[in-house]
Amino acid sequence: MTLDVAWAIEWVRLSAQTVTEHRTELIELDRQIGDGDHGENLFRGFTAVVAKLDALEERPADIGDVLKLVATTLMSTVGGAAGPLYGTAYLRAAKATGVPELDSHGVVALLEGALEGIVARGKAHTGEKTMVDAWAPAVEAAVAAADSGATPGAVLDAAAQAAALGAEATVELVATKGRASYLGERSLHHMDPGARSTELILRAAAQAAE
Amino acid sequence: MTEQGRVALVLVSHSRALAEGAAELAGQMAPDVLLIAAGGMDDGGIGTSYDAVEAALATATADGGSAVVLTDLGSAVLTAESVLELADPGVVERVRLADAPFVEGAVAAAVTANGGADLDTVLASAQAAGGLFAGSAAAPQETLADGAVRATVTVRNPLGLHARPAAVLARMLAGYEAKVQVDGANGASVLALMKLGATQGHELVVVAEGPQAADAVTAFVEAVEGGFGEI
Repeated sequence: MTLDVAWAIEWVRLSAQTVTEHRTELIELDRQIGDGDHGENLFRGFTAVVAKLDALEERPADIGDVLKLVATTLMSTVGGAAGPLYGTAYLRAAKATGVPELDSHGVVALLEGALEGIVARGKAHTGEKTMVDAWAPAVEAAVAAADSGATPGAVLDAAAQAAALGAEATVELVATKGRASYLGERSLHHMDPGARSTELILRAAAQAAE
Repeated sequence: MTEQGRVALVLVSHSRALAEGAAELAGQMAPDVLLIAAGGMDDGGIGTSYDAVEAALATATADGGSAVVLTDLGSAVLTAESVLELADPGVVERVRLADAPFVEGAVAAAVTANGGADLDTVLASAQAAGGLFAGSAAAPQETLADGAVRATVTVRNPLGLHARPAAVLARMLAGYEAKVQVDGANGASVLALMKLGATQGHELVVVAEGPQAADAVTAFVEAVEGGFGEI
């Protein structure tokens, strides 16, 4: 079983749908410990990505082509830190997926590329209350699932579940990276908005594979 | 000035007004430097625009020119780095991202660039700007019972007080009407300063006596905080 370009396009559409549905929630999370623009920024970014996909005359040949379109569009349209962070994630994921189809290990390579991009750009480690706290366990779970012979869809499902747990765990962390780090202890008892949006986007990836 | 040697500044801020204001302020002291403001989103809102930063860098590095980029908050750094990740490597090698306070760094870098300095000197000037300001606030002077002025300052540059910084300090202190001792050594002597063997992290105690004691101590602390262009 493999995932193809149609899956990648569906992932983008479902991502746009979920960030639209959760726009207010993400704004509220970010308002508590940041500058309150995360929901609006992702909504604007993914809306622009879908518009670009719709305007394409030909379907992209590779999964990487779709992800690169996402990367450059998010970088141009998302004003906060999420633009360069997600942009670099999709860009590095695109570099790992210059193929028409992905098997389970290909999915792992995509997720590893994304995590590597986020860490390279944001220089955050786990435990600092950032999106890395959702991405890192997601990649770990994806590797374990792929190694045990799971289908690509099941690999994404494992990643999404781990991202959800990781996002939940950021509630009890003190932020030491990003805008929330200015709040110090006051960032406790709030979920990191970037970890929450990571969970939503990975859930969309798993749904697109169903 | 030749085009090849030109160093421009790109000022990346979340706010258009802040970027343009910093350019205006720095431009007053550096009329010959190309200062490009890249602030705010394309609709004028708060944020950093990938497209605006990309366009500013393209203008700054046109015709073989080089550029130092100043940024305000975290995501401005991320946006600038993302633009560089996708830029032509030939352009990237002529661009430096400064780890510097936005306004002070812009003014310091602009003045240095206006004097025709090369890329790395302009960068060092921006990065030393933070130390100049933080230094005077973080290390207050105290006046001792005998009228001497005393302060402490931590060595910040990786190589410590080797020959060049020691020479810079000694030459500078010699210009003041004050007798300055650094960790008990004569501050006007290059050799005495070098013999202290002060490495990065070492806390220096500077004590000065004389009519210009306070000024000499202030200048010493600022110079050490500035890191001698090595940080």
